[in-house]
Amino acid sequence: MQLRKQLGLSNRGGFTAYLFVLPSIIFLVIFVVTPIVSTAYFSLTKYDLLRAPEFIGLDNYRVLIGDYRFPRSITNTLYFALGTVPAGVITSLLLAVLINRSVRGIYFYRAMFYLPVVSSFVSVSLIWLWLYEPQFGLLNDAFEALGLPRMKWLRSPDTSMLSIIILSVWKNMGLNMVIYLAGLQGIPPHLYEASEIDGAGRTSTFFRITLPLLAPTTFFVVIVYFIGALQMFVQVFIMTAGDPGNPQTRGGPLDSTVTVVVLIFDNAFAYLKMGYAAAMSFVLFAVIGLVTLVNARLLSYDIGY
Amino acid sequence: MLLPYWWMLSTSLKHPPELFQIGINFLPSDPTLDNYTKILNGFPIIRWIYNSFIICTLVLATNMTLTVAAGYSFARLRFWGRDSLFFIYLGAMMVPLQVRFIPTFLIVLDLGWMNTYQGIASLLLIDFFGIFLIRQFMLNLPVELEDAARIDGCGWFQILWRVIIPNCRPALATLGILIFNAAWNDFMWPLIVINDMDIMTAQVGLAVIRGSAASISGGLMAATTITALPVLIIYITLQKSFKPTLMMTGTKS
Repeated sequence: MQLRKQLGLSNRGGFTAYLFVLPSIIFLVIFVVTPIVSTAYFSLTKYDLLRAPEFIGLDNYRVLIGDYRFPRSITNTLYFALGTVPAGVITSLLLAVLINRSVRGIYFYRAMFYLPVVSSFVSVSLIWLWLYEPQFGLLNDAFEALGLPRMKWLRSPDTSMLSIIILSVWKNMGLNMVIYLAGLQGIPPHLYEASEIDGAGRTSTFFRITLPLLAPTTFFVVIVYFIGALQMFVQVFIMTAGDPGNPQTRGGPLDSTVTVVVLIFDNAFAYLKMGYAAAMSFVLFAVIGLVTLVNARLLSYDIGY
Repeated sequence: MLLPYWWMLSTSLKHPPELFQIGINFLPSDPTLDNYTKILNGFPIIRWIYNSFIICTLVLATNMTLTVAAGYSFARLRFWGRDSLFFIYLGAMMVPLQVRFIPTFLIVLDLGWMNTYQGIASLLLIDFFGIFLIRQFMLNLPVELEDAARIDGCGWFQILWRVIIPNCRPALATLGILIFNAAWNDFMWPLIVINDMDIMTAQVGLAVIRGSAASISGGLMAATTITALPVLIIYITLQKSFKPTLMMTGTKS
């Protein structure tokens, strides 16, 4: 420390540091802080872009509770989240464990499973829309060839969300798989050697060593995945758009795929109910904030081995 | 895993009657490029791809300078309020566009940025996750490198340019790929900010084609193939760089 001072190294930045950080602070204020604060403000107003916002207190929130589509959108969003997250986590974990063993094909497999991750949700939604097509789609043809009944997929309220879940799991599998692969490579090999010497089989090695040591990874994946799932929008917009030009029909048969974000989007940009949409945004913000806080609290417990 | 892509490609090469045949045929019996020529004549797809590239370039340029500089400050420099500011950035990372797009839209409207490149790019100019990523990487570089440069009389800009950046290539490649991918695939925000056909990005354009088509057709699959190509080409050529990408994110930090 003394030496560093003598060499003139104790000054660390000062003015330059602020110069480097300043653009991001400006960006933060304009595009993050201001929008959050004004979302809270707009949620207390009636605003249609034409007239100035009119303060109406908590009316938007009162209407929100009575709006039949809003509770529907919450259950749909939760259905989607609780459907994609466990299925997605389990499949990507198993894939990672399988691929981790085969040293030879690892690049190929990783590339293959990662392809949907780099594709856009718009394009994969379009591809799957065609796969799910009830009359001519590949899936129903395959089902018929296997002797299974043809399904209505996105056209039926019973299976529409399920169809979106399957597509979304497929799309994100590679991302979580790669995160798990990184986690697996962080497990010290001597633990596996020890368990082999002790005569543990593959199953018990997996449950006693791999799974517990991947707990931090799993935790991370689950939280990030869950928060992402709460924001689902594109799949519904592309796949169950219904009648183009009529937002009322967006959200699949019997509103079975209406999510919170779809509802916010429609209220804001189709009906120009900015205040009402802001109230919904704020509810979603509160939920995501809560999940993040719980996450931060839990993540601060370091799981060591 | 790759079957949907194969199906997209083979559909795009099929004549319409073959599309609506019962039964599975993975290979078009009589491949044709008709779907491609028709869709390219019907919609300004090339123009959309060009727009997407402009936006990606813009966003890459700002991120490679501003995000990297900010990451460096948080990793190495010392200034008042640094740690609390960084904590706020971590929080900002968690606030998705979906909960703040109404005021953001109004801001862009006020700025007169509707239907402009800067309007579309505005939300992606700086990436807080990128700042975090760069900071984590730079924390692992030995301080001695910089000390040596300082003793030799380098200023902060010079250190960043001559010492830090050359040593950060993997992190910068990672950041670049993530940013490019995010900008190329971004959908919701461009959808809100553009309604002019000439300014649309490839993703929004695809949604327009989808909205205008009565049913899924070979043309739609052709358009999907065309707009997916740039990312796929970049992905396949840079495939090796993807490996450190995800190793560096999240879990290990």
